[in-house]
Amino acid sequence: MEAFFASLVSVAFHGAALGMILYVISVGLSVTMGLMGFANLAHGVFAMAGGYVLTTAISRFGVPFPLALALAFAFVAAASVVLERLLYSRLYTASDLEQVLFTIGLIFIAVAVARFIYGTLQQPVVLPDYLKGQFSLLGRDFPTYRVFIIVFSAVLVALLWFGVERTRWGAMVRAAVDNRAMAQSVGINTKRLFTLTFALGSGLAGLGGGLGADIIAIQPTYPFENLVYFLVVVSVGGLGSLRGPFVAALLIGIADTACKYWLPQYGAFPIYVATIAILLWRPAGLFGRHA
Amino acid sequence: MSLHAGGYSADPRIRWIESLPWVIAMGAFFLLPEYLSLGARILIYILYALSLDLIVGYAGIITLGHSAYFGLGAYVAGILAAKAGISDPMLQLAAAAVAGALLGISTGAIILRTKALTLLMLTLAITSVLLEIANKASTLTGGADGLSGVVVAPVLGLFKFDMFGKTAYLYCLFVLLLGWWLVRRLIYSPFGTSLTGVRENSLRMHAIGAPVYWRLVLVYTLSATIAGVAGGLITQTNQFVGLNVLSFESAGELLVMLILGGVGRIYGAFVGPVVYLIAQDLLAKQFPEYWYFGIGTLLVLVVMFARGGVLGILDRVLVKLRRKR
Repeated sequence: MEAFFASLVSVAFHGAALGMILYVISVGLSVTMGLMGFANLAHGVFAMAGGYVLTTAISRFGVPFPLALALAFAFVAAASVVLERLLYSRLYTASDLEQVLFTIGLIFIAVAVARFIYGTLQQPVVLPDYLKGQFSLLGRDFPTYRVFIIVFSAVLVALLWFGVERTRWGAMVRAAVDNRAMAQSVGINTKRLFTLTFALGSGLAGLGGGLGADIIAIQPTYPFENLVYFLVVVSVGGLGSLRGPFVAALLIGIADTACKYWLPQYGAFPIYVATIAILLWRPAGLFGRHA
Repeated sequence: MSLHAGGYSADPRIRWIESLPWVIAMGAFFLLPEYLSLGARILIYILYALSLDLIVGYAGIITLGHSAYFGLGAYVAGILAAKAGISDPMLQLAAAAVAGALLGISTGAIILRTKALTLLMLTLAITSVLLEIANKASTLTGGADGLSGVVVAPVLGLFKFDMFGKTAYLYCLFVLLLGWWLVRRLIYSPFGTSLTGVRENSLRMHAIGAPVYWRLVLVYTLSATIAGVAGGLITQTNQFVGLNVLSFESAGELLVMLILGGVGRIYGAFVGPVVYLIAQDLLAKQFPEYWYFGIGTLLVLVVMFARGGVLGILDRVLVKLRRKR
């Protein structure tokens, strides 16, 4: 019984860490998809880029870990502004098919570039000493880095929610998600809002990719392999919402960890089946407003 | 969408130029005997792309999971041949078609109630489920090692699959001809016209009383059937099934081929696989990094500047030439 309880705690803990990472990566996708209706399958590319920036900064240039995290965010956010202005913005009015093809094209390019620069091997993450080892709480030991991930992401999520719910920028974003044309007609510069939001969302993905480099391996096929997970979080959670993907990410993180722990012979099968069931039950996701 | 999109305005009679693919295919058979295995692969992918064009190009259903039906067909044919001892190619192909149709109608009836991202996600999830099953049920499918030992008897008991791929090529060509005929008939029928209507404006189709949902389910099932047949063919010609038939990359590649040739027109599905697979054969082995980089760039460029693919560009050139005259 005690052993079962211990594994239950362990699954919940590791699942929560994975879920937090998934949320930090995917929340930007949810907001940009809700805001612009853009089917951005290449969102994982930003997360992968963040992971590469972090690992390169640490292992090649000896940058301290917190600064490397900030770099991952800043670099990916800046790069995404360039991409948004040059490419994405031209396709906001294009059909879903064209957006899907365009972003698949971006994935192909990113995979090739990553393989060209870094090779096919997984990038090792060098953690600072203060994040290694175990952290004991209530008589149990937890890996310090996972604790850090959960706490750091929780702070990030709190900041993000505060930003969206309580600031002027957040109000504008919510207005534009609800009704873009109306938001524009009351004088909100939706174009600039899109660019800023896109940059923030991509930057968060980069941060999440870097933060989770230890959990979700950084390798060239990253955007392909994890695409389903990011899309599941967004579609199960509901487009354009902040709360939905949070619940969905935690559910998936914990369910995925539980399946790997107790039912390894089924792989990710239960996750996909659950996703299909949820989407059939609520096509707009758990918290989605648009049918 | 394009000049040859079919429907009420187009003339359903077969034009002389439509014999061109078949003339080229037969010419390749006699002139390029050392490339017949690549040729058979191209023919199969044309059939596969045709099935995708039917739903993406004509009905406007965007899917990332068409490899589910292709892969299922491939595994059904493979399992029959390697495990159940059924070696007759026609029987294997029929089983692949039935399997594709059954999965098509059961999944289509469910997922076509949804739209946009949810639909996209569901197609992806269904393929992932199948991939996971194929990966884990290794006693039946061979898992990650693939399914080998596929035995294919002579076609109709007469034509043996030879090592040069002559039989396989002609066999695939014949099946493709049947598939092309079916798809062409379908597109030029009132049913095809109503599909185009659904793609362009499903609200109006509802308003004029068309059973939109059932039409979509029907075309989805037909498309899945054809994809299943194409999957069966790839098993028979390779005599091997690997997990990659079900992968997201393979569904993505197929979309690339279709968009390269031109979506929403029958012959786009012919041009795309030819260009893509020949280029892949020439370039991909030597420069794998550059290959994916090139494909990605090409895809971005096509979406940005050349919507309509190779045939779309050809159309515009022809229009310009005619104006000059």
